[in-house]
Amino acid sequence: MSGAPPILAFRSLRKSFGAVRALRGVDFDVKAGEVHALLGENGAGKSTLIKVATGAHQPDAGTIEIGGETLGRLDPAGARRRGIACIYQQPALFPDLNVEENIGLRLEERAGWRRVDWKQRRERAKELLQRVGAEVAPDEEVRALSMPEQQLVEIACALGAGARVIIMDEPTASLTRREQERLYGIVRDLRAAGVAVIYISHRLEEIFALADRVTVLRDGESVGTRAVSEIDEAGLIRLMVGREITHLYPPRGDGARVGAGGPALSLQEVGCAEGGVSGVSFDVAPGEVFGLAGLVGAGRTELARALFGLTPATAGRIAVGGREVEIRSPRDAMALGIAYVPEDRRRHGVILEMAVEENTTLAIHPKIFRGGWLRDGAERALANKMIGQLAIKTAGPEAPAGSLSGGNQQKVALARWLATEPKILILDEPTQGVDVGAKSEIHRIIRELANEGLAVILISSDLPEVIGMSDRIGVMRGGRLTAVLPGGAAAEEVMSAALGRTNG
Amino acid sequence: MAKGGGESVRRYFRELSVAAVLGLVLLLLAVVAPAFFSPQPLLSLAAREAPTLVVIGGMALVILSRQIDISVGSQFAVCGVAFGLLAAEGMAFPLAAIVAVLLGGILGAVNGWLIAGLRLPSIVVTLATMVAWREGLRWWRQGQFVDLPDGVQWLGLSQGGGQVLLIAVAAALFVALAIGLRHLAVGRVVYAVGSDEEAARLAGLKPRAVTFGVFVAMGVLAAAAAVMNAVQSPQVDPKAGTGLELRAIAAVVVGGVSISGGRGTLWGVLAGALLLACVSPGLTHLHIEAYWSRAIEGAIILLAVVAEGLRSRKEGRS
Repeated sequence: MSGAPPILAFRSLRKSFGAVRALRGVDFDVKAGEVHALLGENGAGKSTLIKVATGAHQPDAGTIEIGGETLGRLDPAGARRRGIACIYQQPALFPDLNVEENIGLRLEERAGWRRVDWKQRRERAKELLQRVGAEVAPDEEVRALSMPEQQLVEIACALGAGARVIIMDEPTASLTRREQERLYGIVRDLRAAGVAVIYISHRLEEIFALADRVTVLRDGESVGTRAVSEIDEAGLIRLMVGREITHLYPPRGDGARVGAGGPALSLQEVGCAEGGVSGVSFDVAPGEVFGLAGLVGAGRTELARALFGLTPATAGRIAVGGREVEIRSPRDAMALGIAYVPEDRRRHGVILEMAVEENTTLAIHPKIFRGGWLRDGAERALANKMIGQLAIKTAGPEAPAGSLSGGNQQKVALARWLATEPKILILDEPTQGVDVGAKSEIHRIIRELANEGLAVILISSDLPEVIGMSDRIGVMRGGRLTAVLPGGAAAEEVMSAALGRTNG
Repeated sequence: MAKGGGESVRRYFRELSVAAVLGLVLLLLAVVAPAFFSPQPLLSLAAREAPTLVVIGGMALVILSRQIDISVGSQFAVCGVAFGLLAAEGMAFPLAAIVAVLLGGILGAVNGWLIAGLRLPSIVVTLATMVAWREGLRWWRQGQFVDLPDGVQWLGLSQGGGQVLLIAVAAALFVALAIGLRHLAVGRVVYAVGSDEEAARLAGLKPRAVTFGVFVAMGVLAAAAAVMNAVQSPQVDPKAGTGLELRAIAAVVVGGVSISGGRGTLWGVLAGALLLACVSPGLTHLHIEAYWSRAIEGAIILLAVVAEGLRSRKEGRS
């Protein structure tokens, strides 16, 4: 097998989005009849790589070789024509159409006014469904299918299109054990039929069960390709996290002072059915930065939303300042001194159309506007104070928040919550999409706030950040807290816990 | 406010440009058809448009909060008829007016409950209530006009006095709304909810309560407008308010309120309302056939929408 030329290969692929360098030199190839796993942390560049492979993004530099043909760029139609198909985590089928219509739409030639040959369409659908072992009637509405059945329909489409390379993006993420086994069987069948499979997964055990080779991406670079038979799990984790720390974090808090006077927030077996969180217990002391690490979808944001009353907790006990409380709405949470700076600032952290000063006071209207009258002077004074304290770069307090850079918008979101004078501050991915300079400033501010006595919960997918900033690190996986590690723990340890290995 | 004039011009560019167009139109009329400005017809025009201005103020509130209400014309008709019947029964004017306004609040609350409570889209909900109130009224009243008793028309004042009073009431309501939106915390919250409902919720505000309140306010204002309209004639027309929703939405959009919410001021809306109100009588004075008036109104709306589209596209890029 090793002698065969690759069917798809990327050479020194680069791609930037503005200042963010998503791919910084990726070399990767896959051969016919091979399952090649792709592994990396969140933000390592996996999704960008998929998008380049399917023609959704054009690379800035580097080449793509498909079946011996060397290309500088690829468009979606070209990728399809050359036999590249992708099965996304969320199947992209039309829910209101039935299975054969979906297959027909993908595979039949577009000829506007041609009559649909229903008989032929059905025959083809039947045959393809049979090939992937799907027990699905061709006339069933896609809406009625389960997730794995929809994936099978997607795979059937890929086969019908004569795909030579099938990319699977975390295909087992939402499958049950038995469904997973069935999918593994299909992947092995595909390999036996000479299809090249690029298999993206966070689950190390399935990589070892399924893949022939594995390539690790880190910070947009391919850091190594190994035959699965030549590497063990510890080695893989080392590859994933092994990077030099290029960033200095502010010194941690004074351990002796932290924790005096009891925890600011205490969770016991907290669960939230809607968010898929269960049995989470931990304490956060005033002055402490408690990091929450884990993969995307591990339940960290869901836990934060439960603590802030957005999707109230349905199980367990929450105590604030030693007193047991119930948090049913954001108002309840705010009254208890809890503040939550949400993830995805671009959408909901600040209101882009509103001025910096208006954003700053949004959560404290009753306090700052007694009687409901806007007092511009008080608002302006507070905004100016925050602009100074957090070093927000803005044309002025009356400039719209949308005119600021990402890092400064994040600071405005932070300012809004600091204005509530919270005791517990939950930060969800505070430095995502923020440039390096603003990032260290935000780190400095977080530590200062903790030193002033705030209890900070820092949710971050940036492993060095969560390790460098936190006094303790809670690791979540599948909606549960699986480990609590000391600050400065080895990256391998955190990653092992996040991936579900009890020891590295 | 006074400092940073350039900044103000930039921020209120849209409002100022509508006002400038209005100024140009008035100037043109002053030169070509000075008769437009003769006091008596102008007073009548203003009094006729006063109820519409009140509805426009409410519609601005609704659109700023990123909703729409196309049932206002039907609310207007129902409340006008209710007011007329109560007055015909001998109820004193202030009491009849208050009951009609309360009824408007209830009709608005129905919209608000369906939209904020059940989270249904406002366009469909208010389409349904528009048809329901209008057809319910027709079934109930069989299209009959309601004769108002003596002393209700112009509230017993002279015609001129009544007209001035109505204009003053409309202006007062509109200015109160404008001040509320700019200087009250609840006004700020309307903008916040209209800009980004989820962000407002994450900031601890109550977007659904705000949405509900906005629809109640709209109902109240539509009813007040209906009363202001009813007292201008000896009879209440059960078909009054047909097409009112479109005129209101048009004025709000021309006045620079973003149809996607959260942006615009009532001063711009005022300019937009006056501009649209001038088209039809202005054309009459210019001796242009009346059927051009709708076309010109349409062109103004289209221009406003295009301007809005260009603005948001430009901002989307930067």
